Amino acid sequence: MLSTIVFLPLAAAAVLAAVPAIRPAAARWIWVTVSVAELVLIGVLWANYETPGANELAFEEQMPWIPGVGSSYHVGVDGLSLPLLAMTAVVFLACAVYAFRDNDRPRAQAALFLFLQGVSLGVFVAADLILFFVFFDLSIVGMYFVIAGWGHGSSARSALKFFLYTFLGSLSLLLGFIGLYVASTPHTFDIPELVAATPLDGNPLAGGLVLAAILVGLAVKTPTVPFHTWLPPAHTDAPATGSAVLAAVLLKMGTYGFVRIAMPMLPEAWRAWAWVIVAVGVVSVLYGAFVALAQTNLKRMIAYTSVNHMGYIVLALGAVGLVVDDAAQARSVAVTGAVTQMVSHGLITAALFLLAGVMQKRAGTYDMGSYGGLAGPAPRYAALFAIGAFASLGLPGFSGFIAEFQIFAGSVAVAPVTAIALLGILVTAALFLRALQRVFTGPTEGRSAGFADVRAEELWSVVPLLGLSVLIGVLPRVLLDVLGPASAALVGLVGR
Amino acid sequence: MTGGQAALLAMVVLPAVVGAGLSLSRRAEAASAPIAVATAVLTTALGVVAALARPTLAVPFVAGAEFALEVDALAALIVPMVTTVTLLVLVFAAGNIRSSRARFHGLMLVFAAAALTTAAAASLPALLFAWEIMGATSYALIGFWWREPHRVSAGLTAFITTRTADLGLYVAAGAALAGGAGMALADLPDAAAPWRDVLAAGILVAALGKAAQLPFSFWLSGAMNGPSPVSALLHSAAMVAMGGYLLLRMQPLLAATGWAGPAAAWIGVVTAVLLGAVALAQRELKQLLAASTVAQMGFVVLAAGVGAVSGGTAHLVAHAATKALLFLAAGAWLSALGTEKLHRLRGVARRWRLVGVTATVGALALAGIAPLSLWATKDAVLAGALEASPWLYAAGLLAAALSAAYAGKALWTVWRRGVPVQAQQGGTGKVGVLEQAPLVVLAVGAAVLGVLALPPLGPVLAEALGGHGGVSPLGLLVSAGLALAVLLALLHWRAPEPGWALHWLGLEAAAHAVVVRPAFTVAHALARFDDHVLDRAVHAVAGAVPRIARAAAQVDDRVLDPGIETTAAAAEATGRAAAQIDDAGIDATVEGVAARIRRLGQLARAPQTGAIHQYLFQAVAVLAIGVAAYSVYAVMG
Repeated sequence: MLSTIVFLPLAAAAVLAAVPAIRPAAARWIWVTVSVAELVLIGVLWANYETPGANELAFEEQMPWIPGVGSSYHVGVDGLSLPLLAMTAVVFLACAVYAFRDNDRPRAQAALFLFLQGVSLGVFVAADLILFFVFFDLSIVGMYFVIAGWGHGSSARSALKFFLYTFLGSLSLLLGFIGLYVASTPHTFDIPELVAATPLDGNPLAGGLVLAAILVGLAVKTPTVPFHTWLPPAHTDAPATGSAVLAAVLLKMGTYGFVRIAMPMLPEAWRAWAWVIVAVGVVSVLYGAFVALAQTNLKRMIAYTSVNHMGYIVLALGAVGLVVDDAAQARSVAVTGAVTQMVSHGLITAALFLLAGVMQKRAGTYDMGSYGGLAGPAPRYAALFAIGAFASLGLPGFSGFIAEFQIFAGSVAVAPVTAIALLGILVTAALFLRALQRVFTGPTEGRSAGFADVRAEELWSVVPLLGLSVLIGVLPRVLLDVLGPASAALVGLVGR
Repeated sequence: MTGGQAALLAMVVLPAVVGAGLSLSRRAEAASAPIAVATAVLTTALGVVAALARPTLAVPFVAGAEFALEVDALAALIVPMVTTVTLLVLVFAAGNIRSSRARFHGLMLVFAAAALTTAAAASLPALLFAWEIMGATSYALIGFWWREPHRVSAGLTAFITTRTADLGLYVAAGAALAGGAGMALADLPDAAAPWRDVLAAGILVAALGKAAQLPFSFWLSGAMNGPSPVSALLHSAAMVAMGGYLLLRMQPLLAATGWAGPAAAWIGVVTAVLLGAVALAQRELKQLLAASTVAQMGFVVLAAGVGAVSGGTAHLVAHAATKALLFLAAGAWLSALGTEKLHRLRGVARRWRLVGVTATVGALALAGIAPLSLWATKDAVLAGALEASPWLYAAGLLAAALSAAYAGKALWTVWRRGVPVQAQQGGTGKVGVLEQAPLVVLAVGAAVLGVLALPPLGPVLAEALGGHGGVSPLGLLVSAGLALAVLLALLHWRAPEPGWALHWLGLEAAAHAVVVRPAFTVAHALARFDDHVLDRAVHAVAGAVPRIARAAAQVDDRVLDPGIETTAAAAEATGRAAAQIDDAGIDATVEGVAARIRRLGQLARAPQTGAIHQYLFQAVAVLAIGVAAYSVYAVMG
């Protein structure tokens, strides 16, 4: 089942790439059809999912792969990865719909995005470090071609910067994986085995170094301050669909690495360095929010809010490492909030980036000062953007609130000082409302004149994303029933 | 699910769903007002059922807390108040709002749903959920006429200011989790110290922000940029009132800390006095009413602080009717005349008699004239204040005198004889039936709701809500006499206009200087740091790599390659020498070796391309080989 989910889009991508005779229309239909099929498959997976035991996976598959180094093709899901799988499938389907009228090399585009979808899903199901690493790096390669091939502005430069930065980060990650491998007896790259063994417990120096290597690798991808400077240019120059996938899916690989690898495999080191992680989280929250406030380019602004939103996740996960008596419940609330935020940020930011892409298509600029009173000519666009903005600033009724409420309730309960990161949600509110005001309200002027309202494919790519955000925001149990047990299990693993 | 629970759920969900549908719909423009009024009628009926049945409803929500709603004795008074005022305001709006009706009525219904949820909230997540949606809809309603930038700015100020205060509720949620008492509002007083103090502080700050108490008051001044029906709902019965309501609900928590009660009491009474002066200084009717709302809410906060819950609740309800009435009257005049400047409203009460008479009832109630509602309810609060401290009581009396003064100022203006006022540009010159009918209902409320604070109802209410029901005849007499004396004095001397209070004590300017501008300075400084320091540092590091590579390539070209060439040349020379001696077979072999060595030299040069990503691939390859070698070593050894 999981292998089908991972390899179906890869196979479709291979066919699309190999057969030049496929016409553009057919390529688009193949892309949408495969994306729908993926979503259906993951829906079936969700429907049949039963919470596995601690450090166990559901729908497990294992085959020998590189037995010499203790690495196997091992996949499986649990409550932490299943929501991310679903979010990934939804975002990729939204991109397929959004690009439905895009005439820029549709066959290659469809092949590339299906390839990206396959490897992204692969990251979230991998239960082996080498497998994880392979998918992780292939996603970087895929995104490089998306930005370089379909971007605008200085896209070649931005793509190269993205590639080099995140690729270097992944090397650090590999170093950490090797450290875990070397320390384990018998040597293995298998994730559940390493989680069970916690090979570096009782060795603070080596544990700290391996954690540092893994943290740097994941921090680049997440990204946290100060490793985030590849993000704004990559987003600014990427196509709308590329930005949506980059923000929604690729950034989550970093934060997912924390909960899947760093925390359960290195619990002692995680606890020892928890305060550093909390500090990085708080700095990312505040720094991302304030720098976003100063932006005049809408897409850059949204990119910096991603730094801010990822900061909440890091902050909450760091707080989990602060073992305080009787605080298991609070720490579980924080983890639940962090994973909710991963899903929520994926949905909301993908919607915002797709909407930002409409600006580039219509008027060729993201500069907010070039617009004014856009709600006049484009009322539906304005309404969608306003809803997306309120969702992103954490308004109740949207998934972001569920995430941030739990993150802050859990973190403040464990470490009251984290309350200063609350300023982040205030600054985010201010910057989104200012952007709304500048672009959409007032007299219609500048590039707003003649701005055509959203078309069907734009509407129907964004509406489901925001609709799911509302669903989670109003009925969070849909998500939390899957997520909650996994969070509690993770808290148990970190507390060992 | 019982009938009461169903009514409670429907009361919240119905206006929310209909409202969301209306505000996003583009076809319901003509039908929106009737749909909204019908929804409000149903919601009111559901609210009454819920108030009688007193249901509780709790569903699992976020990790560690439920979404809990409960209509207890306090909510049973407030819920019908919110639904009734919503209904009356929507009837008025049906006649008053003439464009973008679907969006307007939709947002008003969503707002009402949020206010009702706030009123019935029994757990912190439910409270915060509804609390912030109220804030967001108020943003959209204040900036309703979005083509005018100053109105959108006012909405932004309102949202950001109240959200600043809302952060207190986020902190409170953390404290509730840490304090071990859970997130049910009723259990919060049992939280362990010092978390209980954090809880009280967080909730106090959030409530003060919504209630526009000092130092947050300024946002309400800007909020007057919204349409008048918005002010009539948001700033009488909901939103601002919900700030006071939250403190009444959390009075046991305030009392349990020992310090939060007196803090609330003093902030409330100081707000009542200072904003009373602000109201007196205003030159526009809606600004006067806004400042008066803050001042009257000060009495409610005072009541929560001194434990006079029943008196505070009665005041809240009576004020809702009174102030909704006055805002609607102001709105009717504003639409008809196109102005809200007080000097332009001269004699306006004589032109539209029904509006004039009902507004007069409201203004006299606001002034505290016996036997109208606010006279009795305010005194119930002041009786509680007197028990706590004579100073609080004295300050409360001063605030009461100021209420009489600003209400008298408005009355004097609208009844003054003189040149009849003319409609300004944009004025319709008319006040319709739909705009007048709600005023009558509200005027009755403003007149008689004082019974909530007087025997025989007062003690019953006190029994149910807490606080004491006793209002002393002497206190009532003092209040009534004071109000009357101030009004009569105003007939002789014109109302003073304290210039220092005209701009709302300079609070907004102060917030800009102390908070907003520094925040932007920090933002721009950090953005510059990000671009010019952090990003450049990354580029500098990256730029060093090709330089190192070039240096390596030069070493390669100048040292290694000549070395190989020399070797090759030497071999060639050797070969040539050997050829002279040996036969062709040996010669060919030597030539072959030399050629291979030359080829090796070319190969060694090939990777030095200067392209950075190729260097990286090489690095990975080497690393991978190293890993493999080490793995083999590790497995073997």
